[in-house]
Amino acid sequence: MDPKQVEAHWAETQRLTWIMLGIWFFFSFIIHMFAPALNRIVILGFPLGFYMAAQGSLIIFVAQLFWFARAQHRVDLKYGFAEEED
Amino acid sequence: MAAPRAEGTDFTSNLGRVYAMYTGGFLGFVLFLAVLEQVGVPQHIIGYLFVIFTIGVYALIGYISRTMQVSEYYVAGRRVPSFYNGMATAADWMSAASFIGMAGTLYALGYDGLAFILGWTGGYVLVATLIAPYLRKFGCYTVPDFLAFRFGGNGARIMGIIVLMSCSFTYVVAQIVGTGLIGARLLGMPFEFAVFVGLVGILVCSMLGGMRAVTWTQVAQYIVLIVAYLVPVVILSAQRYGIPIPQLTYGQVLQEIAVREQQMVQEGLAAAGALRPHAVPFNVYSPLNYFGLIFCLMVGTASLPHVLMRYFTTPSVRAARNSVAWTLLFIFILYFTAPAYAAFAKLEVFRDVIGQNIAALPGWVYSYGRVGLVNICGVAATSADAVMAACQKIAGHTGILRFGDLRIDNDVIVISTPEIAGLPYVVAGLVAAGGLAAALSTADGLLLAIANALSHDIYYKIMDPNAPTRRRLIVARTLLIIVALLAAYTASHRPADIVAMVAWAFSLAAGGLFPALVLGIWWKRTSSAGAVAGMAAGFFVTLLYLVVSRYYPSFGVQYLGMTSLLNAMTGAPIVPDMAAALANPNADTLAGLASKVGWFNVNNISAALFGLPVGFAVMIVVSLMTKAPSAEMQAFVDEIRRPRGQTLMQEKSS
Repeated sequence: MDPKQVEAHWAETQRLTWIMLGIWFFFSFIIHMFAPALNRIVILGFPLGFYMAAQGSLIIFVAQLFWFARAQHRVDLKYGFAEEED
Repeated sequence: MAAPRAEGTDFTSNLGRVYAMYTGGFLGFVLFLAVLEQVGVPQHIIGYLFVIFTIGVYALIGYISRTMQVSEYYVAGRRVPSFYNGMATAADWMSAASFIGMAGTLYALGYDGLAFILGWTGGYVLVATLIAPYLRKFGCYTVPDFLAFRFGGNGARIMGIIVLMSCSFTYVVAQIVGTGLIGARLLGMPFEFAVFVGLVGILVCSMLGGMRAVTWTQVAQYIVLIVAYLVPVVILSAQRYGIPIPQLTYGQVLQEIAVREQQMVQEGLAAAGALRPHAVPFNVYSPLNYFGLIFCLMVGTASLPHVLMRYFTTPSVRAARNSVAWTLLFIFILYFTAPAYAAFAKLEVFRDVIGQNIAALPGWVYSYGRVGLVNICGVAATSADAVMAACQKIAGHTGILRFGDLRIDNDVIVISTPEIAGLPYVVAGLVAAGGLAAALSTADGLLLAIANALSHDIYYKIMDPNAPTRRRLIVARTLLIIVALLAAYTASHRPADIVAMVAWAFSLAAGGLFPALVLGIWWKRTSSAGAVAGMAAGFFVTLLYLVVSRYYPSFGVQYLGMTSLLNAMTGAPIVPDMAAALANPNADTLAGLASKVGWFNVNNISAALFGLPVGFAVMIVVSLMTKAPSAEMQAFVDEIRRPRGQTLMQEKSS
């Protein structure tokens, strides 16, 4: 196994993981720090700050994980480290 | 891979059809019971039929999935497709508390209760990105297996088992208490009998087939619980707003609640300070405690062994990642519905209960008052007469129910919705079956995690590494029964603190396991000594904070520098006069200082805010002070970072 490939694969995996953690951190914490201000915006009856904690962030998490599964598989394929399909 | 495949392929390729038929059969059964009710079959018979039928189906699945193979018993032969593993994990994850209690928490806490919704979903991002796929590549049977291999030896294994046992046992007891309460409240069974039914339900699912049986029953249980959760609130939403999507229509309900809240204050029905507006943040938890709770629940999710071990059952690393995404989707369906339940119930209570004449309260108040879940004017609302007598004793009571007169148990919110919507009893029976499914599926997973740690990690790996397969499986089953009996015995005494202790499980798992799991995978330099020291330190600090602030608060104040927590709305200490409180002989009880003191105004439910940083710091410092892991071990860590290739831990599979 080419050590350069190994290193590049891990570097790219780490980068993807950091991006994921960044999104996670933003939608877990940062956005809810502005909940009192966001609550002044009301959509379909939902104060936006409330909505983000009750649904918005959750939808992001779900979408993010499906995206992550695809993106990480692409990284694995690119460096030839994906599993053989059987 | 020596694992035999032929046996399971028929089943796995037909999964879609099998579960579609099962779902159809279940809906048909519900309709059949609805017809029975219309022709006059008494309610309690319908309730019992629900319990017998659903537990019977779980038992049948458990029996069909019986196995004498070790890899089937521990990891379902690693053949569970990611979609179904996602469903099973969602059922594993969502407990009696999620199903019955969560909506009630949101009812009581409003916006601040959303910390539980966020914390119990966002944690899966950490599971998917940091931990689960790597443990799957490693190929272990249990979480302590990984710790033992990575950190060379039984020190890390035993530390892992201690954390696992301390967070899983209280949790499984809570599930069995949950089955007892559901049986008692919804079906009118005696509590102890319902506990026994729960115990049987758990054992028939898990004993013969281990992980394989638990997986396929959990999928069946997910279907029951999600149908049962959605049906009442969907009907309610369609009735009131003409759109059967409660997650959308409750926005309007939130507006009506806000209007009614102001009205209640103006009409003198509620004191302005006592009423916490539903959608306004940080009334119950200070921002630090709100975000601290979210953080602890998320990190705890990513460290709980009974959740992580479900991802050992997928056929590949890639499937493990997909499976986490499916899990979160299936959990999301329930969790984004819970706030709708809370909003509908709140509007109902604010409009049709508070401000009403005490003689004219809706009937559901008394049906749940009789089982002790609704209190009015300080007494259980058993009948209109009892309530009126109690309220008349209060000076200046006009006979109109005020906000402060009413106390509703959190559990009422979900279980009363069918009655509030005026639905027939069959829907209430369905909700009971769903709650039972939620409790049983979580109990199965936890019990398996505990029993596997005992049988695989302690008996096989430490005591008798040469044990033949047959004996290993016999030991595994015997331990499973012993742990189940022990849990049921504890549950039958109705330990009062059990629900609070479940919330502790997350902090304990976070403080004790998270640093070792993450650094073990992501930092090659983590040494054995560092890992063991870090796990011990993180676990100990978390446990210390929990136990001292809850049970020995006066000790905490006098010797550990703890101070009173602060009221989130006013910022004033909730114990204004500490010296007087300490002098009180009841200082260490809930009436005294228990759970009212801490460091830096951090609630004890977020104890991992202290344990986690300490765990990481000790692990890193001790690792740097001790010898780096061998080149072999570092190559091994490289290996688990790449999906391709064999799993690293090969077990004899027959």
